[in-house]
Amino acid sequence: MKILVCIKQVPGSNNVEVDPVTGVLKRSGIQSKMNPYDLYGIETALSLTEKYGGSVECITMGPPQSKSVIVEAVCMGAEKGTVLSDRKFAGADVLATAYTISQGIRKCGDFDIIICGKQTTDGDTAQVGAEVAEYLDIPNVSNVLSVDEVADGKVTVTASLDNKTVKMSVELPCLISMENDINTPRLPSYKVKQNIKDDAVKFLSFADFDDQNSYHYGLSGSATQVERIFPPEKNTEKYAVMGTSEEQAGKLCDLVCKLKMI
Amino acid sequence: MGTLIVNQNMINPELAEKLVKVCPFGAISYDEGKLTISSACKMCKLCVRNGEGAVEYVVEDTVEIDKSLWEGICVYADCQGGNIHRVTYELCGKARELASVTAHPVYVLLIGHNIGECAEKLLHYGVDKVFVYDDEAYKNFRIEPYTAAFYDFIDKVRPSSILVGATDLGRQLAPRVAARCKAGLTADCTVLEMKDNTDLVQIRPAFGGNIMAQIISPNTRPQFCTARYKVFTEPKPTDEPSGKIVNMSLSADKLTSKIEVLETREKPKDIDIAEADVIVAIGRGAQSEAMRAQAAELADLLGGVVACTRPLAEANIFDAKRQIGLSGRTVKPKFIICIGISGAVQFAAGMKSSDCIVAINTDKNAPIFDVAHYCVVGDATEIVPALIAKIKEARA
Repeated sequence: MKILVCIKQVPGSNNVEVDPVTGVLKRSGIQSKMNPYDLYGIETALSLTEKYGGSVECITMGPPQSKSVIVEAVCMGAEKGTVLSDRKFAGADVLATAYTISQGIRKCGDFDIIICGKQTTDGDTAQVGAEVAEYLDIPNVSNVLSVDEVADGKVTVTASLDNKTVKMSVELPCLISMENDINTPRLPSYKVKQNIKDDAVKFLSFADFDDQNSYHYGLSGSATQVERIFPPEKNTEKYAVMGTSEEQAGKLCDLVCKLKMI
Repeated sequence: MGTLIVNQNMINPELAEKLVKVCPFGAISYDEGKLTISSACKMCKLCVRNGEGAVEYVVEDTVEIDKSLWEGICVYADCQGGNIHRVTYELCGKARELASVTAHPVYVLLIGHNIGECAEKLLHYGVDKVFVYDDEAYKNFRIEPYTAAFYDFIDKVRPSSILVGATDLGRQLAPRVAARCKAGLTADCTVLEMKDNTDLVQIRPAFGGNIMAQIISPNTRPQFCTARYKVFTEPKPTDEPSGKIVNMSLSADKLTSKIEVLETREKPKDIDIAEADVIVAIGRGAQSEAMRAQAAELADLLGGVVACTRPLAEANIFDAKRQIGLSGRTVKPKFIICIGISGAVQFAAGMKSSDCIVAINTDKNAPIFDVAHYCVVGDATEIVPALIAKIKEARA
């Protein structure tokens, strides 16, 4: 069984501020890490191959330094990984990102199961997985809680669907997006890291893809456009509740009475 | 859409140093007199603004689409097991507002099995047409038949904008359909506005909610967005139905699926903080056992529930289901009192549309006071017990 896990490098912290005067993004430091939600996907993939045999590969898209998340995945037990990196991919929205990843996956070979995390901590959209599945023309299931069985060219999964959990059988190949906190991701092995081979990480760029129309990638291939960014607005209607603790409590009590809550 | 061009002859070491610094993504480097932009570039164009002409944004030729061919604001009705999710009604109200700007009709798309009653119900929410795909193939949600029906509807009706509730179902259906349409999709919008030229202005928190991004799809249709439950206001249903029901169908060959649903189970009924009218929310500043007990008592007195911030959920002090914020639930209660919560924007994004927000915090500069209506700078360990006593007194 061949499994591919889609992973992403995200900023180590979300402490991004906008300078209200210049509208410039202020990024504190450039530390980055593996998207924590992807760890559950890697763990799912590794335990599946332990049970059924096969191999785990991973893929990411980003700047050259996102190689480090592939290395981390390899240290966890993945065989190898691919970084999709090119300036032509810059400024991609969900549509262009999913398209780029689907082109990259086609270049990596055939897979039985493609696994994604629930969402990333920087984009928070949880949309790329389903769009990748559409471009690859394979079925997809989101919010997967467990992979129960792989047999006869099908995988049985249990997924959360709003107020229900649904157990279903899905034909391979397919794409599944995992829920959070469904397993305990293993730690990367230091020993593996010491002996990591050069060919464990492969880079693919625009020139390697089948679709050579640059209008399908990056900002050009994006349907959405960020018109402006701005700091969240502040509430203008505001009352300061002053006084001693006793007086403040009194005023709050008046408020809940006024709102007919008691 | 365009690309960045570096005019190397205009680059000098000083300017290069400035540009390397100005790039928030570390994508610009300067080596041997040559300035290069790497694939870390996010096209924020700050280098263009600060480059004194040395970095240019060159717009490529694009063919403009005819937006007048796309008409109508459509709401996807989230209907599972014969129940319409309330986010659908909220979106109907928003769609009506948006449609009034461009004098477009409001449509609802309803997919399911034996859903005639649901369609009738939707006629009480000020919609012009309800398009219904009713077939046994839609009994359980499976991505391929639902995508096929959704795409068929778009192909035939050509709505300009499509609003989808950010439920588990909506979150997987919307991207799948959007990709099939090669159209833009913006997740978790908190503000939606309509331009005269029918461009849907979609505003959402970005970078974990620390900033807001205003997003449009200037040259693709339809424009997809998702919005969470309780972000918009549910309109009152009208007494008399209005609008009409249009039955749609797809040929059987389009309804095949590689997914077979084996078993469906109701999740155990949990406390749903998103449904509560009153919430007592506590954060790290109020995580002591004593404060937690008082918060529970206060919530009890006010007929509400206790909720928490992310750190308390992560520390397993509370179940993750009680967590408010971008990575938790979005709530819109009539009254929320935030105790010992600093108010990170990720938290605020999950509760700031609440009707009445009270915040108690010792730090007068805590960001929670930016969203609060009633700002109480003080010691919660004194104020909360006093408040509990006074409420008991008032009740007696």
